[in-house]
Amino acid sequence: MQRLQKMIQAPWLRPLIFLVILIALWDFAIRIFHIPPYQVPAPIDVVITLWQEWPKLMSEAVPTTVATVYGFLLSAVFGIPIAMLIAGSRTIESYVYPLLVFSQSIPKIAIAPLFVVWFGFGMTPKVLSAFLLGFFPVVVSAVQGFKSVEPDLLDLARAMEASRLQIFRMVSLPYAMPAIFSGLKVSITLAVVGAVVGEFVGSNSGIGYVLQRSIGNFELPTMFAALVILALIGVILFWILDLIERLVIPWHASQRQDVIVAA
Amino acid sequence: MLAIDETAAARAMIQISRVAKTYRTTDGEIPSLRPIDLSIADGEFVVVVGPSGCGKTTLLRMIAGLMPPSEGEIRVGDRIVTSPHSDVGIVFQSALLLPWRTVLANVMMPVEVKGLPREIYQPRAEALLKMAGLGGFETKHPWQLSGGMQQRVAICRALVHDPKILLMDEPFGALDAMTRERMNAELQRIQRETKKTALLITHSIPEAVFLADRIVVLSERPGAIAAIYTVDLPRPRQLDVLGMPEFVRLTTTIRAHFNAQLD
Repeated sequence: MQRLQKMIQAPWLRPLIFLVILIALWDFAIRIFHIPPYQVPAPIDVVITLWQEWPKLMSEAVPTTVATVYGFLLSAVFGIPIAMLIAGSRTIESYVYPLLVFSQSIPKIAIAPLFVVWFGFGMTPKVLSAFLLGFFPVVVSAVQGFKSVEPDLLDLARAMEASRLQIFRMVSLPYAMPAIFSGLKVSITLAVVGAVVGEFVGSNSGIGYVLQRSIGNFELPTMFAALVILALIGVILFWILDLIERLVIPWHASQRQDVIVAA
Repeated sequence: MLAIDETAAARAMIQISRVAKTYRTTDGEIPSLRPIDLSIADGEFVVVVGPSGCGKTTLLRMIAGLMPPSEGEIRVGDRIVTSPHSDVGIVFQSALLLPWRTVLANVMMPVEVKGLPREIYQPRAEALLKMAGLGGFETKHPWQLSGGMQQRVAICRALVHDPKILLMDEPFGALDAMTRERMNAELQRIQRETKKTALLITHSIPEAVFLADRIVVLSERPGAIAAIYTVDLPRPRQLDVLGMPEFVRLTTTIRAHFNAQLD
């Protein structure tokens, strides 16, 4: 009994327990309200579809994941240096930042078809769409991270006769790391959305394409199965990023408990 | 008369001549420090006290070369200060240790920045830590240390490159009263052992009297030297000097300056 209680308290088990409860409620609601399967499929049908179509879903997950990762990497590769420039220069900030914020009020989903016009069907429009969604959170968080370095800390480094590059390398960059990572985490989940949007508008492969087609054919279990795969992609990528964060900034307050236990 | 002045100036470690500071802001010019003359001898411990905003910190930052004076000049040794230089080590109110570096790596930061030979300075850093009572904490991270210990690490970092001068801006302001008294005794010992010229800024009159050879009292903004007191209490001073008549007399006299300014 005590062991069971301990198991329920394990942190990784809690979201799973909650998930099981939600699925049970879903099943319950379908039975009680007599929801027809062409509106909401029963959980068991989704599970069966997942089981039967697993190989196909997996092969469709590959292009989506690849597009997400490329889009995310582009967000990081462009976002962090741009944030550095914005945080480092008032002039650049005053020219670039307002426009960047303004550009975010344009619904990016509306732009996605344009990419198809420009780059045709295939990988490029998906990657660009993922990049477009993932880019902004990286910039905003990184700018905030670079700007929140304590002024006294910068003075301390200056008093040591540190060069601008040394200050950046030894103080500003590590100081901004936690903020950069929180931006990257938002970015990767949005990049999944971006990739799927890209697949919606112009693609013949990927989970987004499966979603599009299964809705058209009223294959709701397939559609739900595709959603599950999509969520899995998001969770796994997020988890990998979390792992990298632990390795890169083990000193940060959010990670410390583990460090002390390890030490 | 002139000859005596010149020999005094020749032996001075810090020579402040007609130094004034005016900040230019969008609201116009704000005078922070009226022209000040002060000469600090090699190995002397000078403490500056004054009300908030009287330009104490400005004075310290100008000596460190972090900001230029508006008028006059500051000489350290025989050089006029125009930019940050290696003759000073600074301690700020908060320890400003880098959380991603170990205690030893924090102390070694100035050595790294200046590109000094590690094999010479690492033993020095370790010896400093030992002297500050932190032997055995070299591989710990700053967050694993108490506030007083962190501030002692900051003092070691300020001394590691063997500067002639130790500048301290309210280094114990964030500590509780009891830790603060212990840190004062500790600082006295470190200064005597390393024979550094020390300039300390504080709000605490007892701290000033306990530590100083000379106390410089600054007036309200824009700051000017209101008085200079020589403290003749024998060294090394123990915490029991706090009850001595000479100590009480001096603190009362200095406190009277600020009460008068309030009226």
